[in-house]
Amino acid sequence: MIPAQFDYVAAESTAHALGLLAEHGDDAKLLAGGHSLLPMMKLRLAQPEMLIDIGGLAELAGVRTDGDELVVGATTRHADLAASELIRAEAPLLAYAASQVGDPQIRHRGTIGGSLSHADPAADLPMALVALGGSVELQGPGGSRTVSTDDFFQGFFETAMQPDELLTAVRVPRRPGVPWGYQKFVRRANDWAIVGVAAVDGRIALANMGPKPLRATAAEEALAGGASAAEAAQHAADGTSPGEDIHADREYRRHLAKVLTRRALEHETG
Amino acid sequence: MSILGTRVLRTEDPKFLTTGGVYTEDVVDERLDGACHVFFVRSPLAHARITRVDVSAALEAPGVVAVYTGADLADLEPIPPSAAGLINTEMQQRLLATDKTRFVGEPVAAVVTEHPYQGEDAVELVEVDYDPLPAALGFDPSDESLLFEAAGTNVAGYWGDASSLNPELFDGCEVVVKHTIINQRVAPAPMETRAAAAVWGEDGRLTAWIPNQGAQGTKSQLAKQLGVDEELVRVITPDVGGAFGAKFGADPEHVVVAWVARHLGRPVRWTETRYENLIAMTHGRAQQHTVTIGGGRDGNVQAYRLEIVQDAGAYPKIGAVLPMLTILMTTGPYDIPRAEAVAKVVITNTTPIGAYRGAGRPEATAALERAIDLFAAEISADPADVRRKNLLAPFTEPHRTAFGALYDTGDYVAALDKALDAAGYADLRKEQARRRASGDIRQLGIGVASYVEITGMGDGEDTPPQENATVEVHPDGTATILTGTSPHGQGHATAWAMIASEELGIPVEKITLKWGDTDLIPEGGGTGGSRSLQQGGAAVQQAAQELLEVARLRAAAELEANAADLVFDKTRSAFNVAGDPEASVPLTQLAENERLLIRTVFSQPGATFPFGTHVAVVEVDTETGKTSLQRVITVDDAGTVLNPLLAEGQRHGGIGQGAAQAFLEEVVYDDAGNPLTASLADYPFVSATEVPSFELADMATPTTYNPLGAKGIGEAGSIGSTPAVQNAVVDAVAHLGVRHIDMPVTSRRVWQALQAVQPGSEQ
Amino acid sequence: MTHIEVTVNGERRSDEVESRLLLVHYLREILGLRAANVGCDTTSCGACTVLLDGKSVKSCTVLAVQASGHEVTTAEGLSAGGELHPVQAAFRQHHGLQCGFCTPGMVMAAVGLLSENPHPTETQVREGLEGNLCRCTGYHNIVRAVLAAADAEQVQANGSAPANAEVTA
Repeated sequence: MIPAQFDYVAAESTAHALGLLAEHGDDAKLLAGGHSLLPMMKLRLAQPEMLIDIGGLAELAGVRTDGDELVVGATTRHADLAASELIRAEAPLLAYAASQVGDPQIRHRGTIGGSLSHADPAADLPMALVALGGSVELQGPGGSRTVSTDDFFQGFFETAMQPDELLTAVRVPRRPGVPWGYQKFVRRANDWAIVGVAAVDGRIALANMGPKPLRATAAEEALAGGASAAEAAQHAADGTSPGEDIHADREYRRHLAKVLTRRALEHETG
Repeated sequence: MSILGTRVLRTEDPKFLTTGGVYTEDVVDERLDGACHVFFVRSPLAHARITRVDVSAALEAPGVVAVYTGADLADLEPIPPSAAGLINTEMQQRLLATDKTRFVGEPVAAVVTEHPYQGEDAVELVEVDYDPLPAALGFDPSDESLLFEAAGTNVAGYWGDASSLNPELFDGCEVVVKHTIINQRVAPAPMETRAAAAVWGEDGRLTAWIPNQGAQGTKSQLAKQLGVDEELVRVITPDVGGAFGAKFGADPEHVVVAWVARHLGRPVRWTETRYENLIAMTHGRAQQHTVTIGGGRDGNVQAYRLEIVQDAGAYPKIGAVLPMLTILMTTGPYDIPRAEAVAKVVITNTTPIGAYRGAGRPEATAALERAIDLFAAEISADPADVRRKNLLAPFTEPHRTAFGALYDTGDYVAALDKALDAAGYADLRKEQARRRASGDIRQLGIGVASYVEITGMGDGEDTPPQENATVEVHPDGTATILTGTSPHGQGHATAWAMIASEELGIPVEKITLKWGDTDLIPEGGGTGGSRSLQQGGAAVQQAAQELLEVARLRAAAELEANAADLVFDKTRSAFNVAGDPEASVPLTQLAENERLLIRTVFSQPGATFPFGTHVAVVEVDTETGKTSLQRVITVDDAGTVLNPLLAEGQRHGGIGQGAAQAFLEEVVYDDAGNPLTASLADYPFVSATEVPSFELADMATPTTYNPLGAKGIGEAGSIGSTPAVQNAVVDAVAHLGVRHIDMPVTSRRVWQALQAVQPGSEQ
Repeated sequence: MTHIEVTVNGERRSDEVESRLLLVHYLREILGLRAANVGCDTTSCGACTVLLDGKSVKSCTVLAVQASGHEVTTAEGLSAGGELHPVQAAFRQHHGLQCGFCTPGMVMAAVGLLSENPHPTETQVREGLEGNLCRCTGYHNIVRAVLAAADAEQVQANGSAPANAEVTA
């Protein structure tokens, strides 16, 4: 319940943080909201020797527009995302997803950068990002690069980030007025999704149907080919590899994926 | 105007709301200055021989004062099984597992450090070699993997005689239904985990602060396990953050902490983590019920058989004895001509089972109420009608059941009708019919459960239930009550003050309650089994009345009058000569020259039997199987209500826990005996979003067993709500052919039940 | 050890702390503010809830070092001069606490909730408290208390009762 010992540094700038990452590599972890990392450290599932606190860096915060994209700073808190007038107008699925993470206290601390780099396949924001499309901006010792959301999540708690990289911002397309749907099936409030579905603009993403958030490509293709929501949803589980746990076995997850996809395509939130 | 029966706000609250309760971990006391901290090494395996424990690396870690293993405690007696004599006596528990470990989480070693953070670091350095053994699990654990070789079996004992079951019990029944149902294992999970603080004084006495439900029982058990005279042990009970039955007596960890304090000659403190709490605090329930119910197509139940298997966990504790109470309440509030019940208790490589809100009685009601619904479904009758038809008629003279329970007062049909009326039952059935006809995805389910339960048990027919109280009036106008009860949220400080205030005319705010310190109150039954108001509260009333009689004599002397000519004026808290209010003396003045206090013991003829009916309304999403609990309407008749605010709170809490067992909570183990629900993220502890506001209808049928007319209310809520919610969920999909779904009725279980009756219904 | 400067209940504090010291333990062990309790290991129960710069947070999942330069308010800091805060008063009035262990965290979460949503519906109250677990009350009276506190605060603010005061059973 108490983390193992570690050194703590409050980064003075992004460059400072990157320098420390380069120096300490795998032994160091970035800390912003800490609500993915600290719970793991308290259970001793993660034992970094150093924490680099980037929570106070103003250059990593804030939401703005850039042409046809929204740019969300990595240290933007879930609560602020959920309340942002701009996001609610232009990417309401993102605002809604942020409003569903954990509970109010968690949302006051957790950040989008933290959530995405944690890459829990059952989490809200990774699924939302995959549905929205867009990209993730990373900075490393060699400079910055952009990774599309389709390539960012690579496996179970695994992303395209290198140990010496820092996630600086997230870019999503602006879609004001475009209908969307979001389904998060939980046993109980505050749980991660047993299965989750986010749908917007012909794109469908699934949470907890595999080691990373997945696109329901077969269902998307059916939709693009003129199928109804109900018909397309029948293909929602195609190509997925859901796991089994105390909540659900594979068969139930596949069933839920279909039901929830149909509901999301019918623009329901739940 | 009597204060009894009014909604007096709790005097405890300002402290709890501002600086917070002082729980064991919060206690600041100079006797505990310089305390070191215990952290336990716990078995990661369900069943294994312990072949080696090496503490050398741990001893080198920063801040480590000592590390103890079972070998260090070898001369302390093991904890015997409960009801030894009736339960296999070989099934003993060493304070620290020594040769063998029998459940994941069993304490194996104790690391002592200067600072609590260092403990978690050091436990990782204790090396334990385990030789794994197959885990014996489930309700029929194989005897191939014996937990206790010397016992020769994994059956701990029996209650009742299975060979005496009557094969002809159901002869003549037009309809017989048999089903095996599970009353699943749950975790009490009070918000405050277990803890202890211990120090031995220079006088050789132990002072131990332990959150508990009865300091006197905790003290006895501590003394016994430490091998010392009870006189040498003092238990102090700080504020307790919930207990629900799981904080009785002394656990191995408490004993080890006290032993370490003696061994080191230093104060020692311990607080368990939530992980430890979810795997090493006793669990609740874990019974399997095979119910057979038979009767006529006209709805008359003629026969009922209940065959229980209790999974007691690795060591038989209170859980091994609870089936006795289940059997006692077999027929509940019904008039069933022929009924029998037996129980087998098995041990498994899991956490031991203890008491949990209701302790054996919810199990009886859950089995019976499921059976009634199964019977109703079989004869296509309305479940409420079947209940009404079979409930015992109202009685005011005690009624003895075939199982030996002596129900004091009861009007079960009135409770049923009142609950159905408050629920708008007929309208609910109409709405249900409408949704069934239209094939609505969201179906409505209505579940009914009638119950009677036993509260305030004594220690057997020869020892009537009783409790002591001391009331003292002080010259400064205040009063103090010493009680043998042990509140942990129930509000006794306010409630007992109300009772004393009513007698003595001293305001509630000026009355202080003390409890839980065995030096101050050497005897007491604690708080559990919903006994406190009927015995502890009645004792306070009796003490106050007896005190007034002593005071009367002093007043007579003071006023130079005849005692018989004096009246006690509650509004002024003074005695005066009848007809002459000026000739008066205040009660408190009579305490000036000599202490004015009385200690009394109140005894009542036997246990009392509150009863009621719960109605639950659920919506089941037939596509996903998910249940949404819409309404819970209850009648919980526990006799005369002393403080409706407190009584309602007890009902709400019970309903919340009861409903949670029905559709949400379950302790899960994998096939190797590893607990899968060992955190509050995994264990689905109910939150505010899963339950609605509850609808409580009032009914009060007083008991004649105590002057307060009170029965126990603490557990009733969790007894009625569990089967009501389970029945409601089954009811929601009954029209599709579902007859039963085991608890917790999770969305997956509901979906699987629907799949089973409608193969290929996949959209 | 790391040097931190935290303002707690209006008072500036300066301390040297281990970097892994959790904020909840800083408050309890170093500052002696023990109203916030530790009830779990997985950021689930909310018994440790305090306000950090006015926002409710679970202090078991904030490092004391992260609070440096910020303001913390605990339950002890809510009542001014011995008077119960309206939320505390409402909890008492409606019997929203039994054993009290979850209470300081529940109260702080409620204060946080009402600061962001002054007129919540019952559903919003329940959802707003989904991060705070209680075993004793079944949540019924906690919800009543928060709704009542919302009404009371409106009365305080406006000097009159709200037009559509929610009827609570």
